Amino acid sequence: MQGAWVPLLLTLKVAGWSTGLNLLLGVSAGFAMARLRFAGREFLDAVLTLPMVMPPTVLGYYLLVLIGSRGPIGAWLKQSFGINLIFTWQAAVIAATIVAFPLVYKAARAAFETVEPQLEQAARVLGISEAGVFFRVSLPLAWRGILAGLLLAFARATGEFGATLMVAGSIAGKTQTLSIAVYEAVQAGQDDTANFLVVLTSVTCIAVLLAAGWLVPGRTPRQT
Amino acid sequence: MKIALSRVLGATLALTICVGASASDLIVSAAASLTHAFQELGPVFETANPGTRVQFNFGASGALLQQIAKGAPADVFASADQETMDQAQSQQLIQAANRRNFALNALVVIVPAVGGQAPKTLADLAQARYKRIAIGLPASVPVGRYTRSVLEQAGLWSAIEPKIIGAQNVRQALDYTARGEVDAGFVYATDAALMPDKVKVALTVPTPKPVLYPIAPITSSTQADTAQKFVVFIQSAPAQSVLARYGFGKP
Repeated sequence: MQGAWVPLLLTLKVAGWSTGLNLLLGVSAGFAMARLRFAGREFLDAVLTLPMVMPPTVLGYYLLVLIGSRGPIGAWLKQSFGINLIFTWQAAVIAATIVAFPLVYKAARAAFETVEPQLEQAARVLGISEAGVFFRVSLPLAWRGILAGLLLAFARATGEFGATLMVAGSIAGKTQTLSIAVYEAVQAGQDDTANFLVVLTSVTCIAVLLAAGWLVPGRTPRQT
Repeated sequence: MKIALSRVLGATLALTICVGASASDLIVSAAASLTHAFQELGPVFETANPGTRVQFNFGASGALLQQIAKGAPADVFASADQETMDQAQSQQLIQAANRRNFALNALVVIVPAVGGQAPKTLADLAQARYKRIAIGLPASVPVGRYTRSVLEQAGLWSAIEPKIIGAQNVRQALDYTARGEVDAGFVYATDAALMPDKVKVALTVPTPKPVLYPIAPITSSTQADTAQKFVVFIQSAPAQSVLARYGFGKP
């Protein structure tokens, strides 16, 4: 059962990276969509939300076609840098990031939309730069909602299966995450391994939820 | 709005009923490599047995065995190797007396048709230019077990193992090679023949045990007669000629 810790650590690594990326991507996209007005805004919103409603296999196929060694992005990466993404843990990060992105984006957009514009205006009147307004006013006020989105995204990334299996494959110790290790153990009739892995997964999920409950109320500024 | 909603619900319900398996459906769990041949044989069997519908469930033989062992409502099991069927038999999941071998296949090494470098011998696969090699996962996919036994016998397993990309079934190994995501793949000759423009066969590899497909009715089947008829049908001349057209040999 020693080997069972490997997929756990890999899962946490993949989910951690994808959540970090989504912190950047989801928060910037959410902020931009909450503040900017332009033609096609609702259409863009639909596109950005798409990964949440589309089957993971459809996303997996899109990714395989795009970043595969013959895809437009994959071929360019291979020729320019000699990078091959398919069957690497980085491919699993890309899949998990895209699948979990809407959870952060939606939460961030909603959180930024509830921030009082007068508070931002007041900061500008006091001579604070735009970046200062974002980091000292908007972000602290929206932080609570964003954090909730990030935790959901982390949980979603932890459980990601379909798209990951298609682009990262199932290589023990390299790309085999918990959900894929469970699937494989069941397919091979290794019920002992499967039992251990599902208990491990359940305990991990409960730990994440408890951590979320502990983090969210305590460390965010009180909203009045 | 209300009318539209009820229409959507109604249509969904109707679809659900159409798609759901009914009592006269014969469920055949068959190895992934049999997909095309069996899909062609299904309607032939239905014509010969009016009122019967055949539904196929294709997958890696090992995965199908686990489904059956956990109580999946299958009526017939066709696996790509004797080992999986032996396991089913030892768990008394199949009717051992009616188990028959019905097809032969061969293990081949394929490379992508575009830009692939064909190895001249198995040992060439140990060279650095073959970075990724797709094989079925030996724990659940028969073609993976055949591959491992061949490579072990040749003393190449430890050299090739780090390069292995495990596939969930033989068709996935075929797909990885066809897309050029791996440098070589181990599949059956019949799979390689489905994509002559995307993969080319570099080597035909003799296996220690022949790639021999068994079929048997499942013990818990509620339609033992039809299941037995299907097993007999697969061995009949018309069915064998379809299998032959896809490249399967006669045992």
